[in-house]
Amino acid sequence: MKEKVLVLGVGNILLGDEGVGVRIVEELERRFRLPPEVTALDGGTSGMDLLNPISDCQVLIIADAVRTGASPGTVVRLDGDEVPALFRSKLSPHQVGISDVLAAAALTERVPGRIILFGVVPENLDLGLDLSDLIAPLVGTVVGLIADELRSLGHRLEAA
Amino acid sequence: MRITIDPITRIEGHLRIDCEVDGGKVVNAWSSGQMWRGIEQILLGRDPRDAWAITQRICGVCTTVHAITSVRAVENALKMDIPLNAQYIRNMIMAAHAIHDHIVHFYHLSALDWVDIVSALDADPKKTAQLAESLSSWRLNSVHEMTAVQERLKKFVASGQLGIFANGYWGHPAMKLPPEVNLLAAAHYLQALDVQRKANEIVTILGSKTPHIQNVAVGGVANAINLDSQSALNMERLYHIKTIIDQLGDFIGNAYLVDVAAVGANYPEWTTYGAGITNYLSVPDMPLDTKGTKFELPGGFIEGGDIANFKPIANYQDKYFEGGVKESVKHSWYQGGKGALHPYQGETVPQYTDFEDNGKYSWVKSPTFYDKRAQVGPLANVLCMYAAGHEPTKRYLTKVIDTVSALLGSPLPLAALHSTIGRHAARAVRCAVLHEALNNQWNLLVQNLGKGDLAIFNPPSFPKGEVRGFGYHEAPRGTLSHWCVIEAGKIKNYQCVVPTTWNAGPRDENDAIGPYEASLMDNPIANPELPLEVLRTVHSFDPCLACAIHLTDTRTDKAIAVKVL
Repeated sequence: MKEKVLVLGVGNILLGDEGVGVRIVEELERRFRLPPEVTALDGGTSGMDLLNPISDCQVLIIADAVRTGASPGTVVRLDGDEVPALFRSKLSPHQVGISDVLAAAALTERVPGRIILFGVVPENLDLGLDLSDLIAPLVGTVVGLIADELRSLGHRLEAA
Repeated sequence: MRITIDPITRIEGHLRIDCEVDGGKVVNAWSSGQMWRGIEQILLGRDPRDAWAITQRICGVCTTVHAITSVRAVENALKMDIPLNAQYIRNMIMAAHAIHDHIVHFYHLSALDWVDIVSALDADPKKTAQLAESLSSWRLNSVHEMTAVQERLKKFVASGQLGIFANGYWGHPAMKLPPEVNLLAAAHYLQALDVQRKANEIVTILGSKTPHIQNVAVGGVANAINLDSQSALNMERLYHIKTIIDQLGDFIGNAYLVDVAAVGANYPEWTTYGAGITNYLSVPDMPLDTKGTKFELPGGFIEGGDIANFKPIANYQDKYFEGGVKESVKHSWYQGGKGALHPYQGETVPQYTDFEDNGKYSWVKSPTFYDKRAQVGPLANVLCMYAAGHEPTKRYLTKVIDTVSALLGSPLPLAALHSTIGRHAARAVRCAVLHEALNNQWNLLVQNLGKGDLAIFNPPSFPKGEVRGFGYHEAPRGTLSHWCVIEAGKIKNYQCVVPTTWNAGPRDENDAIGPYEASLMDNPIANPELPLEVLRTVHSFDPCLACAIHLTDTRTDKAIAVKVL
């Protein structure tokens, strides 16, 4: 029985590179026919709406824009405990982001066993639907990394 | 002393609230949206048939509502008829989405302003179950359930991974619920996590995906309906939806409505704070015909909090609504100088200054209805439906008021609704009303399909010249309207006047304060470093601004929620 995987792209596509996670998931779906155990989802900037898909997977792969202090265009991969958004302290008990959804999933004892984050450090967050010239080529790079990750989890991907 | 709370919510952009506190009370307030929303600029020159997919990205919480309001605006400009099935399917999506939203808001976004989770650890599960069973017949109120919830909470708190419960105002002097009520609320908090998932499932089935639905189109919906096909909307799926509808009703009637009454009865003083602006605006929704002239739910305008002053908004061509809306940018970071503008003439050209108490201090514009500030949201909606004589609204509102009165041992007047706690009560009432409407829409859809009508879409055609139109929707946070000007099939102007703009807007053209600001006046503040009371009132509106930059910051946790200046 292969583990169910959710590949979740998050971000706001109205703000340039902030939407890179969503663009990565779109490209993944364009490039591959995913097996039935793998779901790709454009999560946008949603919160609790994502509780269903997140509760229903064993492995959660998140694609997102991140700020690590590294220069724009840096790609990072964080695994498990390195994912800081998991249960970090927050400003109030009322902010619902991915971390809150994960916390809610934990409360209902349906939390993914493993979380892997692929992050891209953005260059431009100005208004607009397009990625910057620096970030746009990295979408394909990260899709390749996610595809490798899925294969290492035992899933077969076919070219679409 | 001045308190700045920034950001007050991270969900949709940043809301910054500044309060001046004197003698333990708020004496002045500023509501500031910290994020520019330039959706209008992105849409210029685009195909109006694509606008819904782009406006759906304005907000991570309100995706569906912008999608549906956008197609309504374009359909209105083109004077289109929409097939009945499309109306019913859209209505069901909106109802299920709003039910999900209201349940999440009460239990997961604002209950912790009132409920002390740590205190729930001291509750007696047996007494909690007795209390719960005296209030309602909800099936998950047993001693066994309460004991299990308490165990789970203990484990969670002991693990140090508080997650959602981190940084709650535990032990704050304004927390007044007895341990048993706290435990009951915590139990329903956990149960509500499962219930809201069910509501979301309806949106997923009908919208083909969430959080961004894929099934709407200018002219109708794109749901393939084939009652005999496995891959289309068929009877099996419709009956699955019906099962979920019944499960939702059980929770809303026996837990949500009762819990709101129980919390309200324990905080009677909060029926005297937070009224603010008592001009209430709402719009009719859930069209029952192809032209949008008959609606399941009424709407209109109430001036000065007096339901005798109710004026209905009639239909999708309503001149009273169309002519009444304007937005001011006198105190917003946009180029102005032209006075308040109607959305068809609206401009969104940024002009940032610093935060100026008497000048510009917010990215949010200030809408008015016939030059008056108006509160929108479930409270406005419920009061307007009540004023219009809508029977289910009267029934559920009476139920909540009677429950509170019984707990208090004295009758609660209708006027208590003009308050912070009144907004929560109205939201629960609205949730029950929407649930009944959802059931009605399901019946209408199934009956119509049974007659053999399978139509879902009328193709739009665009004239060469200029047309304009508006679409509205009574969204979870209140009246939402989109306004578009189309020329030769391309968008020439597009403005969204969103609910939180009505409520969170800064001072207006006449320097009058907005609903958030007005509602904070005279709120008590026990401890300026922990301004729980401010959060209570602001959260009661269910704030939602245009989308946040939500970068995952791997270096530090910014945790300066409150700066006392």
